[in-house]
Amino acid sequence: MLSFIFMNTLRSYLKRDLFVLTSLVSKDFKIKYRRSVLGVAWSVLNPLLMMIVMSAVFSFMFRFEIDKYPLYLILGMILFNFMTNSTNGGLMSIIDSAALLKKIRINKAIFPIEKVVFELLNFAISLVAVAAVMIFFEVAPSPNLLFLPLLLVYVVLFCAGLSLLVSALAVFFRDVVHLWSVFCLAWMYVTPIFYPVTMLPEWLQQAMDFNPMYQFITYFRMIALYGETPSLVQNLICLGMAVVTLGVGILVFRRMQSRFILYV
Amino acid sequence: MKTPTGKYLFNPEPTGEYAVRVSDVTMMFNMAGEQLNSLKEFFLKAVKRELFFKEFLALNDVSFTIRHGDVFGLVGTNGSGKSTMLKLIAGVLDPTTGICEVNGNIAPLIELGAGFDMQLSARENIYLNGALLGYSRDFIQAHFDEIVDFAELWDFLELPLKNYSSGMVARIAFAIATVIVPDILIVDETLSVGDMFFQEKCEARINSLIHEHNTTVLFVSHSIKQVERMCKHAIWIEKGVTQMLGEAKEVCEAYKNSHN
Repeated sequence: MLSFIFMNTLRSYLKRDLFVLTSLVSKDFKIKYRRSVLGVAWSVLNPLLMMIVMSAVFSFMFRFEIDKYPLYLILGMILFNFMTNSTNGGLMSIIDSAALLKKIRINKAIFPIEKVVFELLNFAISLVAVAAVMIFFEVAPSPNLLFLPLLLVYVVLFCAGLSLLVSALAVFFRDVVHLWSVFCLAWMYVTPIFYPVTMLPEWLQQAMDFNPMYQFITYFRMIALYGETPSLVQNLICLGMAVVTLGVGILVFRRMQSRFILYV
Repeated sequence: MKTPTGKYLFNPEPTGEYAVRVSDVTMMFNMAGEQLNSLKEFFLKAVKRELFFKEFLALNDVSFTIRHGDVFGLVGTNGSGKSTMLKLIAGVLDPTTGICEVNGNIAPLIELGAGFDMQLSARENIYLNGALLGYSRDFIQAHFDEIVDFAELWDFLELPLKNYSSGMVARIAFAIATVIVPDILIVDETLSVGDMFFQEKCEARINSLIHEHNTTVLFVSHSIKQVERMCKHAIWIEKGVTQMLGEAKEVCEAYKNSHN
């Protein structure tokens, strides 16, 4: 009986959190595309245009030996942007909802996680751009593309963990807000997004084993560009990195959240 | 520094004898920690071991109970700890020590309009704010007309909120917060917004909640007359310490006399 009541309360809390989450996502969505003529189409056009600029610049300057370079580029780029956009959104999410947190008892974790969900939506839209590039290079979709939802689960868990972590740290140390974008920039250049991994010095190539974004991007390229099946070990590595990051994020967030409203 | 052992117990059903029970609540702020805003300061202070000095007691061992259906006032000068007390009861702050127990759902009328987004229209904001206050989508849909009627904004529903006057925003906020029949209503200086007619409307709505729906009301106001008029019981807090607890008339009388 008691556990029945407990389950019911838990369910009503979850239902409430879910409604808050979807309301916030729809708010962000409306604000992002309000007053732009092309609206949602920008989420497709933006990565395409970025890809064109980048591939023009990089193939002119470096001439990497990469087959179907624009596709190689856009896959890495949109996945990495998903991470930076969601964590940068999450970074300020607690600070920005200060007025609300001081007034209403609410599950605070909703705010950083909502940014990840919102960016996942944008990512999904930008997959249209990937499809267009695949058609352009006549890459036939292989059954390996069915692994995409699995990859997205890993990336979402990973981003949610990071988002929780930085949102909590930013409340106590505003330095994090400034440092994070620099950190993301360095991270982007050290991850083989525009160039082949073989260009890195030997020791950095080995270090890539511990770079989650490299693991995710490699996975993405395997299923969408090379038509290869990711191995079980690869899946376990990606899952492990995502779960550990999420665990750290939840742990730090839970330890700090009761003191948020004293600092925001 | 006391180790934080305080608890906030929340039960959404209005059960038990009391709507609110505050037992031996102490709220301590670490003023040294408040001023830390950068990593550099943090490490400097950590090295110097200054991190946990400078404590400030916002509330010192405060206890009181509020029965269901009571109208309870908090009086005290600025900075006496009234708002901290309200935040503890609303559950946004956890006490350092002691227990704060609440039985019944809460509608907070503190800082009306927090959680509004100025770029969205009034219609969109009603849904967003309703969600944040814990209403379900069905509930908002069913009561949408009621909210709009109360706030009197039929003509401007699709206008972005940034084009509204602050009084109009406060109207919407009040209408959303009180469309539900809460078990406990927290009112904090909010009746001073809006024009005279809307203020009367707000007071009428609060009165109907009290008399028809047996809502428990927590009331904070600088107008001691308003507290005397509306409240049955009251507590007088000064610098975080309880000065007096009892019938609203007597507490207000003592409070007034202390300042003569």
